[in-house]
Amino acid sequence: MSILVNKSTRVVVQGITGDAGRFHTGQMLEYGTNIVAGVTPGKGGSAVLGVPVFDTVAEAVQKTGADASIIYVPPAFAADAIMEAVDAGVRLIVTITEGIPVLDMVKVKRFMEGKPTRLIGPNCPGVITPGETKLGIMPGYIHKPGKVGIVSRSGTLTYEAVHQLSSRGIGQSTAVGIGGDPVKGTEFIDVLQMFEADPLTEAVVLIGEIGGTAEEEAAAWIKAHMTKPVVAFIGGQTAPPGKRMGHAGAIISGGTGTAKDKIAAFEAAGIPVAKSPAEIGETLVQALKARGLLERVIG
Amino acid sequence: MNIHEYQGKALLAEFGVPVPRGRVAFTVEEAVRAAEALGGPLWVVKAQIHAGGRGKAGGVKLARSIDEVRAHAETLLGKTLVTHQTTPAGKVVRRLLIEEGTNIDREYYIGVVVDRGSGRVVMMASSEGGVEIEEVAAKTPEKIVKATIDPATGMMPYQARQLAYAIGIPKSLVNKATNFMLGLYRAFVEKDASLAEINPLVVTKEGDIVALDAKFAFDANALFRHPEITALSDLDEEDPKEVEASKHGLSYIALDGNIGCMVNGAGLAMATMDIIQFYGGRPANFLDVGGGASKEKVTAAFKIILADPQVKGIFVNIFGGIMKCDVIAEGIVAAAREVGLDRPLVVRLEGTNVELGKEILDRSGLSIVSADSMADGAEKIVALVGEGGNEA
Repeated sequence: MSILVNKSTRVVVQGITGDAGRFHTGQMLEYGTNIVAGVTPGKGGSAVLGVPVFDTVAEAVQKTGADASIIYVPPAFAADAIMEAVDAGVRLIVTITEGIPVLDMVKVKRFMEGKPTRLIGPNCPGVITPGETKLGIMPGYIHKPGKVGIVSRSGTLTYEAVHQLSSRGIGQSTAVGIGGDPVKGTEFIDVLQMFEADPLTEAVVLIGEIGGTAEEEAAAWIKAHMTKPVVAFIGGQTAPPGKRMGHAGAIISGGTGTAKDKIAAFEAAGIPVAKSPAEIGETLVQALKARGLLERVIG
Repeated sequence: MNIHEYQGKALLAEFGVPVPRGRVAFTVEEAVRAAEALGGPLWVVKAQIHAGGRGKAGGVKLARSIDEVRAHAETLLGKTLVTHQTTPAGKVVRRLLIEEGTNIDREYYIGVVVDRGSGRVVMMASSEGGVEIEEVAAKTPEKIVKATIDPATGMMPYQARQLAYAIGIPKSLVNKATNFMLGLYRAFVEKDASLAEINPLVVTKEGDIVALDAKFAFDANALFRHPEITALSDLDEEDPKEVEASKHGLSYIALDGNIGCMVNGAGLAMATMDIIQFYGGRPANFLDVGGGASKEKVTAAFKIILADPQVKGIFVNIFGGIMKCDVIAEGIVAAAREVGLDRPLVVRLEGTNVELGKEILDRSGLSIVSADSMADGAEKIVALVGEGGNEA
């Protein structure tokens, strides 16, 4: 079991003929992702690495039964691409694109209200269920199938955490990058709910960062609803206020969104927080030991 | 991206939002001519820097004669202002806004932000004008009222009226306040702002509603469709290293420590700063070379780090996913040869083609300290910089 994606997920790649789309289509196929279609307006009828390309998402879905989309479309056209996929009725959309104007995302969220599609991202590394499928840009080989769920606002820091887990023999059920933008499709709590309900996931690693209050809200939700152990790390403890630290959402403004507040919220909820990013793996090991779960998780 | 108050006011005026008459001045003579053109009897001379708290720092002065305008302009131009929003080094005043005086009766606050929780634009209003909104939020949160705006309809007049009544705008002026807010919302959305603050909005003794200050920040991701906003940027307000980095598509922020960092990915870059501090060091910068960095990009990044005289050592922390370790290694070697590596360098490589990357570094003949993990690398660079620091 896993969340969001598994080996039967049928994927359409939007922006498949661009550099990033083409490169990562190859990487995903190599990992075993079931890519059934690509979309680039005007390129319908061609093929990329053996994957048939269509002009519209609606046609791709109709002809191939795709139920999930991954988007590599440039920022100026990405909001339109997301809405097209929503309208075509896919169940899940993963948007990798970085740099989408925030007011475009405001419109996208409004457009998606009341519709059954889930959006992951934008500005995220994607979703991987190790050993089954990946919809994203993460290096597949560092992952290991297993029982720990990962949810993160970061990309490479997630790889770092995964690496720390895999090298300790701890595999992952699913790793979800929710993205570094301030307005996005899926928040920590949405993913935590899925992990709590997933029978295979035994524990969760949450990687947050400065900006906003999503970590504080997640901490409160975990305390109230979560039975599985969660450990956390918060990036940006040394970040100065008022500066956007790479991610559009990673900014301390008006005294809110500091790492200190977020760490305090997790600790108050009884959630262990790794003191340094090098201790994410070890913090999880200690938390699992304390609950007598380590043997069940190491494989 | 931030702009100056006078630019923000010009933008508001475009959308029909009333602002005091005023002109920008770069020299004392221009300030005098501006005051003469505006006419008396009262002028305000306002220092234009990208930071709030100018009034308290002595950057806003009243003048009752042209001679006073001249005297204030002479004092302010070239002066370094230190406010609670600048660094301790402060900012040099290079531009002034010369404005007609306003007969203030009451002051209010209006702000517009993108609210992460609702994913919507929210307009906030408060009866406590002229005070930092964070202070109001902390002490008397009930005095802040909000309207959440549906992007499909835009801000509706009833929402603006509700805010106006709630903060106690005089009843006879509610229509004027409504038009003010609707214009402000349109300016925010049409120009892709990320923040707009009118603090204070004032009701004048003559019964007008005017934006006495205007603070705007814009979404960097949307500048591609607003060349007119990009044109308003003031390079004097930016760190030159940050400007240079952005030319190469690098995300760089200067900090006050002495360990230069080069990392791929924003999250890992922040975490790298954190781990340097965890081992007792101080990061000199945030630098994200991005996901698809080329050899040229890495070289540019390296040069920017080395150009900072404060930097006593460099820590490169790369988790190669999309980015291959051998590409990074080639970039490091090329840059080090080109600019001459005169400071300790610790490199931690992990991920795709890591062995190839390490081999390139080893064979380069450069004195590069290799690290096995993030923690190992941070410990090593902190130790090396510590030793160097003692010698100096």
